[in-house]
Amino acid sequence: MKTIKDVAALSECYDLLIIGAGPAGLAAAATGAELGLSAVLVDENPAPGGQIYRGITTTPVTAKETLGADYWRGTDLVRSLEASKASYAPGATVWSVGPAPDSPDATGGMEVGVSINGAARVIQARQVIAATGALERPFPVPGWTLPGVMTAGGAQIALKTSGLVPDGKVVVAGSGPLLYLLTAQLRAAGAKISVMLDTTPLENWGRAIRHAPDFLRSPYLSKGLKLLLGANRGMRIVRGVKAISAHGDNQVTSVRFRHGSKEEELPCDVLLLHQGVVPNINLANAVGCALDWDEDQLTWVPQTDDWYETSVKGFTIAGDGAGIAGAEGAALRGRLAALGAGHRLGRLSAQERDRTAAPVRAQLIRASRGRRFLDVLYQPAKAFRVPTADDTIVCRCEEVTAGKLRETVALGVSGPNQMKSFLRCGMGPCQGRLCGLTVTELIADARGVSPGEVGGYRLRPPIKPITLGELAALPKTPAAIKAVER
Amino acid sequence: MFRRLPDLGGETVTFTIDGHPATARLGDTVAAALLASGIQSCRTTPVSGAPRAPYCMMGVCFECLVTINGIGNRQGCLIPVAEGMVVETQKGARSIASELPAKGDAA
Amino acid sequence: MTQNSKTVSEAEIAVIGGGLVGSATAYGLAQRGARVLVLDEGDIAYRASRGNFALVWVQSKGLGMSEYAAWTKTSAEQWSTLAKSLRDETDIDVAHHQPGGFMLCLSEAELEARINAMRRLHNQPRMVQYPYEILDHDETKRRLPAIGPDVVGSVFCPLDGHVNSLRLFRALHLAMARSGVSYRPNSHVESIKPDRDGFLIDGPWGQVRVQKVVLAAGLGNARLGPMVGLHAPVRPSKGQVIVTEKAAPFLHHPIVTVRQTDEGGVMIGDSQEDLGFDTVVTPPVISLMAQRAVRMFPLLAGLNVVRTWSALRVMSPDGFPIYDQSQSYPGAFVVTCHSGVTLAANHALTLAHHILEGTLPASLEAFSSRRFHVSSAA
Repeated sequence: MKTIKDVAALSECYDLLIIGAGPAGLAAAATGAELGLSAVLVDENPAPGGQIYRGITTTPVTAKETLGADYWRGTDLVRSLEASKASYAPGATVWSVGPAPDSPDATGGMEVGVSINGAARVIQARQVIAATGALERPFPVPGWTLPGVMTAGGAQIALKTSGLVPDGKVVVAGSGPLLYLLTAQLRAAGAKISVMLDTTPLENWGRAIRHAPDFLRSPYLSKGLKLLLGANRGMRIVRGVKAISAHGDNQVTSVRFRHGSKEEELPCDVLLLHQGVVPNINLANAVGCALDWDEDQLTWVPQTDDWYETSVKGFTIAGDGAGIAGAEGAALRGRLAALGAGHRLGRLSAQERDRTAAPVRAQLIRASRGRRFLDVLYQPAKAFRVPTADDTIVCRCEEVTAGKLRETVALGVSGPNQMKSFLRCGMGPCQGRLCGLTVTELIADARGVSPGEVGGYRLRPPIKPITLGELAALPKTPAAIKAVER
Repeated sequence: MFRRLPDLGGETVTFTIDGHPATARLGDTVAAALLASGIQSCRTTPVSGAPRAPYCMMGVCFECLVTINGIGNRQGCLIPVAEGMVVETQKGARSIASELPAKGDAA
Repeated sequence: MTQNSKTVSEAEIAVIGGGLVGSATAYGLAQRGARVLVLDEGDIAYRASRGNFALVWVQSKGLGMSEYAAWTKTSAEQWSTLAKSLRDETDIDVAHHQPGGFMLCLSEAELEARINAMRRLHNQPRMVQYPYEILDHDETKRRLPAIGPDVVGSVFCPLDGHVNSLRLFRALHLAMARSGVSYRPNSHVESIKPDRDGFLIDGPWGQVRVQKVVLAAGLGNARLGPMVGLHAPVRPSKGQVIVTEKAAPFLHHPIVTVRQTDEGGVMIGDSQEDLGFDTVVTPPVISLMAQRAVRMFPLLAGLNVVRTWSALRVMSPDGFPIYDQSQSYPGAFVVTCHSGVTLAANHALTLAHHILEGTLPASLEAFSSRRFHVSSAA
């Protein structure tokens, strides 16, 4: 592996450029390099691992049982990257991907804007694999912008990278298998969590049960049982929570919640929220990939073929970014994506590709078994996706409330892009990552149509921050001069 | 809000937060170092002036924006803390007029 | 706002298009007591109104048609009336400011060309008079301390200003709703058929009969015009725009290519490309726009870009607006221009009045599309 520390060290053109050094990206880069492709893995974090294996090479939490055996599996992925001929650029952001103006061949060459340490460059890649993973679903409840309220995943990252645990009166709230895993990891590390507020709608069990047979044959079963049993020891769990709000002036000091007909308020220094993860589709969206609304996962999922190539030629999405399937599945999908790209680049025949892929696909089927059950069981309640209280902030950056959004739908604004123009929601620095799903679902709810019909924000590069100075230093073309200098 | 696990070992780095000396563990991001130092809020918003603190720790929410070595609106959760780093919390919109000349000026 | 079909004469006038041009006109019509229906497209459409630069701009407008210079100046003068009436109606402050605007030049050649253009503009017959100043670097620096050494000079005009165009958009829609305008999104118009009693408008959503119809559909006017005997040969002109994160106020005047919004973000714009309906953002173009902005204001270099986008201007063959009433089917009007913000005041306060009266005055004759027949015959 060759480590790249500044943009000048990047080649002009790569066969394969991979974005994101989580399980899918690590596997794709190593596989691509094994196929003899010139491959570069670009990642915005200082060290490899993505979010699930965050800090895998650097974590100070060395007691294996704290983060668990599944976490330490990431080590092998990093090792195979290190052993490969791929290049690896940490601390590097990709702010733009588009079709190359003069594509060198028919495989769909792409042009990629990369920025490292304050300097930008545009390079070419014959194939791009985006392994941009997942992010936690927005959890818009009153008070969720207060200091002291953070995502459970955020607290997990602080633990993995820095050995930090939340202190004082800690409350976790939400739903999904990861909530239980993160809680278990934090407790194993020594965090005292006083209460878990479980928001899983009890009625979900009825709908999930028909997918149970697969789940019962899956490895999720034993892991899940272990987590549930562990959670019941030494921590109060409140199930069927219907409403949550955080309170405090400049910092959260209490959390209020409703379960059954009871309202309760508890003092709280740290409130950790989590209700599942959704694909991080900002890049795919900006590139122009066709996206579908997934009724089970309640999110946008890019359209992909068997090799995860999207509707945009040469642009592939591997891992959770192409629909949530977990870390093990992500690594397998990364390998398949690299095999697909290798074939398109003429490195291996269709037969060779399929032969190599067959055992990977078999593993993927095993790894994905039982997901459907979890998807349906842990669909967050509508009240936590479409806030009912009008003063709940939906767009954190521009501070746009649910009430304002509903008022504007009533004015005739029928989609999120018009909504942006009217209210600035989604126009702040996070570019709609924390409000996009909520805004779509809220409009759909208010109009009485499906989220798929409403559509999502249409995004444009840069999808990561780039300064005007960096942008200004990029090469110009005669056509650009004609367009701008008059 | 957060405390460091005991016996982590590793090197420490010293830096400043709003002029006050602070220590972090080498490998911490700026956002993690702020949490470890007990900083409640790292900025106030340019829209309403409300206080905010790190939220996602993975580069997507842009809540942990701080001024680092004179340059405003940097994502604290993506930048490793370094020896001698000058970190400042922010009030409202970034003031470019009062910042040091930015690096990466156009040629 | 239901989408029933067979709505017969729920309104006297249909405005096709709910962008800045359509909504300003519709608001003006409703303010004068008309029952108005606005038919608009949906969330994804070629919306020039979402891509505009929000200038209320006078200097440099009208070279080749002095009537356009006068029309623009009138609109700039009426703008505070529009802003006030919107505030009274909706409580929304559209942040209209008229501090005077600059065109900054980055070379002697650019400055020379600019000065010549201003002279030619103002030497035209029947040209409306208004003040402007040519400033050297030092005087420009005195008034705009943030400029860099590459700025050789500027042209300043005290009539220039800007608004918050997103808030303008919302204020117009809210004001329309409050003045009884019926607004229907997702109502693409397929055909307009003139008949004895007016016009029958058809789309997948149903149909509606009205006495008058105003085409304010931007680029869509080229298709709709011929259905009612109007000629609107508009074509797209691509413009790319950059917007930065919010910064504390540092720039108190709009520059034709750089402005700081009242909310703090800095907009950089004004590229022009003839690429049909292509709206891809291209790195070389935004790079050059960024470079020029940074040369004008070096302190911008460290600001983060939050968004770029491109939108399609609605350009007539000579770049000037088209205002016309159909000769074969009176009651059908076309309103089209690429300065929907600057001209919003005229559209709401003046043009709407003429449309309601049923005749466009002689002063607007110059904007008729007949000018294109003349030139093609010559």
